[in-house]
Amino acid sequence: MTAQARPIRILIAKAGLDGHDRGAKVIARALRDAGFEVIYTGLHQTVEHIVRAAIQEDVDCIGLSILSGAHMTLFPELLNKLAAENSSDIVVFGGGIVPKDDIVELKKVGVKEIFIPGTHTQDVVAWIKANVPVD
Amino acid sequence: MTKKPTGQSFSKSASYEEWRKQRYASQKERKTTFESISFREQPELVTPENGGSVKYDAELGYPGEYPFTRGVQPTMYRGRLWTMRQFAGFGSPEDTNQRFKYLLEHGQTGLSTAFDMPCLMGYDPDHPRSLGEVGREGVSVATIQDMETLFDGIDQDKITTSMTINCTATIAFAFYFAVARRRGVSFDKVGGTIQNDMLKEFIAQKEWISPPKPSVKLVCDVIEFCASSAPKFNPVSISGYHIREAGSTAVQELAFTIADGLAYVDHCLGRGMAIDSFAPQLSFFFDVHNDFFEEIAKFRAGRRLWARLMRERYGAKLDASCKLRTHAQTAGVSLTAQQPINNVARVAMQALAAILGGVQSLHTNSMDETLSLPTEDAVRVALRTQQIIAEESGVTNVIDPLGGSYYIERLTSEIESEAMQYIKQIDALGGMLRAVEEGFPQKEISEAAYQFQLDVDAQEQVIVGVNKYQEGGDQEIPTLKIDLGPETNQIEKIKAFRAQRNEGKWKQSMDAIERACVENRNVVPVLIDAVDAGVTLGEVSDIYRKVFGTYSDPGML
Repeated sequence: MTAQARPIRILIAKAGLDGHDRGAKVIARALRDAGFEVIYTGLHQTVEHIVRAAIQEDVDCIGLSILSGAHMTLFPELLNKLAAENSSDIVVFGGGIVPKDDIVELKKVGVKEIFIPGTHTQDVVAWIKANVPVD
Repeated sequence: MTKKPTGQSFSKSASYEEWRKQRYASQKERKTTFESISFREQPELVTPENGGSVKYDAELGYPGEYPFTRGVQPTMYRGRLWTMRQFAGFGSPEDTNQRFKYLLEHGQTGLSTAFDMPCLMGYDPDHPRSLGEVGREGVSVATIQDMETLFDGIDQDKITTSMTINCTATIAFAFYFAVARRRGVSFDKVGGTIQNDMLKEFIAQKEWISPPKPSVKLVCDVIEFCASSAPKFNPVSISGYHIREAGSTAVQELAFTIADGLAYVDHCLGRGMAIDSFAPQLSFFFDVHNDFFEEIAKFRAGRRLWARLMRERYGAKLDASCKLRTHAQTAGVSLTAQQPINNVARVAMQALAAILGGVQSLHTNSMDETLSLPTEDAVRVALRTQQIIAEESGVTNVIDPLGGSYYIERLTSEIESEAMQYIKQIDALGGMLRAVEEGFPQKEISEAAYQFQLDVDAQEQVIVGVNKYQEGGDQEIPTLKIDLGPETNQIEKIKAFRAQRNEGKWKQSMDAIERACVENRNVVPVLIDAVDAGVTLGEVSDIYRKVFGTYSDPGML
């Protein structure tokens, strides 16, 4: 599969009580400008809602943004709920303030990548192109 | 070293224009545009001929006198240094109480409380939405008992405390004052500040329960209560900090913050309050970002703009009503996870700008805040940075030392008039409440944030260690680890708290709160009694949800 038949569909999500949405919104716009189809959930979603939206919108990947310190709770919950819905093919990546040790742990449980502050938006674009398969 | 004389020796330009055309234009500049961090194009030089002149009486005045451009107090830092107020809070009330005492022992002069996300969004620790967030980003305070523990051994009539909390501000305020009453401290002796600024929540920080209109009503309940009963307490800290951190420019930060303030003033006047009865207690909170002179000018412009609006628009008679008193915090968003020790230098320069801008209190960020909540050592360096500015640099010896600088005065006037343009635009939309409902400031900030990121990606804005001067390998510094112990403890504690309270009194109190909300009365006096009878933060929030409705993010990009 070399030629992309359709644009990659991405859900940018904010979960929990965290209200920091600058990064999520900037990334969503940059991904849209790069030609992806981007859906933004808005703030304060539950993991159930994010999974439902991902399935309904038939996305290829979910980018979850967390700056509240709740990443070790919310990422595993998201992966588990996706698995329960037979949707583990949806690639999960993340962004936010996540300590390095936690990134290692999160990758072990199935988060494909975590982008920390200071990331070039084009690096995220390139990573998605390289790591999100499109049927 | 001597230079050979050239043909131009001793020749003098007759005017700024001539100098610019004849002498400057023939030289090379090292880049094509020179912009501030807020995309403001910068002149190569300011003289009295291109905006540097100033009408002393009308535009500056003396410190402590209208329009307060040079400072709100006559003596400024010669009379008293600013309050060094480090924001702190994590884990259980016991944990944060210890950090408070540590900071006071190290010479900090006021306290500032960070609450955790469940507190800030109106959930008790045992609510399902609180899972994983209890005590994480701040301290968990859900009951009067938690507030008593948090301030154990700290005199509420001696140490001023700032509380950063908004949609649940009425409740935290009630906890704090109910504790004071239990200790026999009279309300008129309690000094401090509660952030309690809901408009900027909808604009930027995004912590809310109910829609904008009832949220503004609750903000003004605290303003009204303090005007009558707590004269030393600032009932609101009208905040630009979060607006700036969300990506606004310096002018947007100033304009939207002042417009938020005007909306609260309008609401209070609508209740029949007299301007001079509450305006002296309004306080502000601004960011202090990287662009050194732009930030200094922002504070000076803000003071002049607020003073003029209060006098000209509202007819304020008291000087105190016209004074923009402000807290400042260095820009969290400017700190980098890469080469984090460099953050110490950023914070020092930002802090210096705040002081040259004449702020009343200051929080300096710690170098490790892009990695986690700060360690005690990192906080100490941040506090020492303020002490070095205060006691070593000499900048506190003279009031408003940059006043009269051609550049600073031009920048001050430009920022004031650009902010006023925005305020007029917001007036035309029907005021800030309407503008927020329509998403106007939100959209303006999103645009600026995106533009900034594009500039960073293109290296037009340099961030040392991030898009220039990168190093392979990471600089390691210690970070604070918070375990999940406090979450479990707080859950057990609140269950025990509910089990031991007087059920009859609790029920009565719940009904009293709901009645006050439905009847559109001031909720604050009712809440002080109710939290004393054991009503929790989550329970009051549920009443707000029921009576005022809930708000959710429109999710605009």
